[in-house]
Amino acid sequence: MRIRLLYFARLREALGTNSEDADLPDGVKDVAGLTEWLGARGGAWTTELAAGRAYRVAINQEMANAETRLSEGAEVAIFPPVTGG
Amino acid sequence: MRVQSEDFDLGAEITRLRAGNAKIGAVASFIGLVRDLNDGDAVASMTLEHYPGMTERSIEAIIHSAKARWNIYDVLVIHRVGRLLPCDQIVLVIVTSAHRGDAFAACEFLMDYLKTRAPFWKKEELPGSARWVDARQSDDAAAARWEKPAT
Repeated sequence: MRIRLLYFARLREALGTNSEDADLPDGVKDVAGLTEWLGARGGAWTTELAAGRAYRVAINQEMANAETRLSEGAEVAIFPPVTGG
Repeated sequence: MRVQSEDFDLGAEITRLRAGNAKIGAVASFIGLVRDLNDGDAVASMTLEHYPGMTERSIEAIIHSAKARWNIYDVLVIHRVGRLLPCDQIVLVIVTSAHRGDAFAACEFLMDYLKTRAPFWKKEELPGSARWVDARQSDDAAAARWEKPAT
């Protein structure tokens, strides 16, 4: 499955990228699987996406949770808790 | 609803929003501003980032919720992005309704939800350093007040 990944704010800076296209291994089917797969990259990926770190995930611009399923071509955004207003 | 880098004019926006509608008996508004102090540190400037597309959709959804919940006529939300200085305006919410109770409540609800649900992020530039602003539990608590009790 191929998805588009977007990163914002503190995560964008810490990970050193604002977007990428990713080909996911067959076993990665939901948000929990995705963050585990990204977290295995080491370095900032591992520290920023570790369990207990505060980040949010949106799929196709809707908030998602750990169990939300991924789909082919999805736009998946990972970002810190929001601080607007 | 607008996300823009330009400043806004409260008076002009209210005039436009209520023009010709004699059913409006109340207008409530809120403006958020950049302060020169946060968590005890002097703030030189602030940069607001957003998620184009999702930010607009989430603000539209928040406005939709407010209109479903209170007896109000119109809502305008303007949220600025980009680099702002102390004293600059950040966000504007205007609500028109027949009576003040609905206007006040909807305006406060809109701000509480904007702060906790719309994808915006603030980065503060201090003299000699910069830091991303952390989300506040007090903002989550303010938004949680509006959650309807389970029935």
